Amino acid sequence: MPDLKEVYFQTLRIRKIEEAIAERYSEQKMRCPTHLSIGQELVPVAISQYLTTRDKAYSSHRAHAHYLAKGGDLSKLIAELHGKSGGCTAGRGGSMHLSDLDCGFIASTAIVGNSIPLATGNALHQQLSQSDGITISYFGDGATEEGAFYESLNFATVRSLPILYACENNQYSVYSPLSVRQPASRSIAKLAAEIGVKSFSVDGNDPQRVLEASQAAIEFIRKERKPALVEYFTYRHREHCGPNFDDELNYREAHEVEEWLANDPLKNLQKLLSSDSDFSHFQARVSEQITQEIEAAFNFASSSPFGDPIDNERYIYAK
Amino acid sequence: MPNNSTSFATQLQKAQHHAMQNDPGMICMGLGIDDPKAIFGTTSGLQTAFGQSRVFDMPTAENAMTGIGVGAAIAGTRVLMTHQRVDFFLLAMDQLVNNAAKWHYMFNGQMSVPLTIRLIVGRGWGQGPTHQQSLQSWFSHIPGLKVVVPGLTDNAGQLLYDAIMDNNPTIFLEHRWLHNQIASEDECQPLTEQPRHTRILREGEDYTIISNSYMLSEALQAQKYMQQFGIQCEVIEIASPTNIDWHVLYQSVKKSRRCIVTDMGHTFCSLASEIANRIYSECFQSLLCPVTTLGLPHYPEPTSYGLTPDYYPNINSFIQTISGNCGVDIARITTTQHHDIPGEWFKGPF
Ligand SMILES: Cc1ncc(C[n+]2csc(CCOP(=O)(O)OP(=O)(O)O)c2C)c(N)n1
Ligand SMILES: [Mg+2]
Repeated sequence: MPDLKEVYFQTLRIRKIEEAIAERYSEQKMRCPTHLSIGQELVPVAISQYLTTRDKAYSSHRAHAHYLAKGGDLSKLIAELHGKSGGCTAGRGGSMHLSDLDCGFIASTAIVGNSIPLATGNALHQQLSQSDGITISYFGDGATEEGAFYESLNFATVRSLPILYACENNQYSVYSPLSVRQPASRSIAKLAAEIGVKSFSVDGNDPQRVLEASQAAIEFIRKERKPALVEYFTYRHREHCGPNFDDELNYREAHEVEEWLANDPLKNLQKLLSSDSDFSHFQARVSEQITQEIEAAFNFASSSPFGDPIDNERYIYAK
Repeated sequence: MPNNSTSFATQLQKAQHHAMQNDPGMICMGLGIDDPKAIFGTTSGLQTAFGQSRVFDMPTAENAMTGIGVGAAIAGTRVLMTHQRVDFFLLAMDQLVNNAAKWHYMFNGQMSVPLTIRLIVGRGWGQGPTHQQSLQSWFSHIPGLKVVVPGLTDNAGQLLYDAIMDNNPTIFLEHRWLHNQIASEDECQPLTEQPRHTRILREGEDYTIISNSYMLSEALQAQKYMQQFGIQCEVIEIASPTNIDWHVLYQSVKKSRRCIVTDMGHTFCSLASEIANRIYSECFQSLLCPVTTLGLPHYPEPTSYGLTPDYYPNINSFIQTISGNCGVDIARITTTQHHDIPGEWFKGPF
């Protein structure tokens, strides 16, 4: 079991980064559609405990936490949101198209379900090149409704590919609840199991369970060189796209929101660690450290220049 | 704001209500069709009025849902689907191109596909490479598909009503920046009357501008501006690339002897280049200068604000072309408005 304090630190770090983005979004300098991960940070933090840079990740529109947990550069993320040349794609991709090859975060893409086959292809490459790395494919519950999800899992099973399908089931696709999209009895984990993928299902906000399930799945993939899927139940705290809360729209029942806010992964970690006598000291120290890191990243972003549009014609074709 | 003011979005909403009323078997589906934002206000009240079996949200499954729409349409249900971006719909190209477009022809006219697909073209606030594509040229390339690209509030509802009631698969491309466009209700064309897809909106002797969708707004602004300098532009709307009244275009160009074609897709292999080609063929002797095509450069739109100030043609693109070809020096317009928003009402993020 990894050090819970480290897990707390990383979860807190992503939370504070996302909150800083939300707070400054209204300054209108981050001019791109932005899907925050607040409430869902624990899943990628837990998974990343068991990864190295030889393991590669793909993600979706809601990618900040996946990128950061994998080790993606914070300054390059913030600069990217500002469209600056110092961003991880120099402003070309924005929040929905992140990449940091140094840490093994290959890419996030904006079309729902779109990166699941890409991740599967990465696992095929790993298999063919006899790499010992594995691939992580992050996506939401909505993405499991796309044909590409089934088609990818099917192929990964047929060819025994080393891939973790990490499904963050936050129960909504924009404002649409699961009830209008999937039958009430649906378990994404069971569905995957029927396709032939080793599957797990877990409360995605419960630190110990999330760590256990992620570890079990990843160990299985490494040992058996076969695909696995974990369905993590979690919840987004804010609006689908943008910095605000949108509970006044009443598309989620008040008691549901309350229950999930009480089951906040960060609070759950705090509870687990509260008996540790050193914890409040640790908390204060890392909190301060993160604040400074965020400040530095925003400073980097604002001092980084915009790229020159003259270069827009570069990279249409590879050399 | 005019008396009895109405908006582009409201006109679309009315057209859908009217069609649902007039065809009791018709259905509407789309992701978020009944959510609090009601597809930018264009579907508000539909579900309340017509019930959940006829107006419904759907799984995030564009490919199969389009096929389901095609199958229901073949069976005799009139179907309207809506997608919040063109780009999301690309998953369904197989169903559209291999089935919907070809069905009537392939089965020797025995069956038809009364299906309309509303697709919204995004722009601005960093919509970037995968949220802003304008693919009317692609769709127009496929025989059997009808394509409609509205640009003005006065006929938007009429065009949509006509598309829905048409018994052919029709792609209806709405530009996101048009939804808040305002007009007076009195100017709006009656929904159930046959629309004119090719319209001369402003008459002029000196320059022909052929346009549609959001570019029409820029063209009309340019027309007004050039008027101050004694240059009269004729602005022609082609609201359906697959139903162009070519003689209207040829006559205009033969009169004005100069022509701009604007279209918001990439210019290479585009609707604009197709129109320009036909004008060269038919009006060659009349032309005083080459036909100009104003569209997007041949690279994807970067997300960054700093990389995109010149990505889209704007009023200055018209001024530059027209003044150059008319041999007059006319000042460009300077603006303090951000290039990535149409006005203060739109601050992203979607
Ligand atoms: C193919 C496609 N359809 C629709 C959209 C619009 N869209 C963007 S995010 C999203 C929600 C997807 O839900 P889910 O996969 O559960 O992810 P979540 O946002 O909940 O994290 C939708 C429908 C899209 N980007 N791509
Ligand atoms: Mg979801």
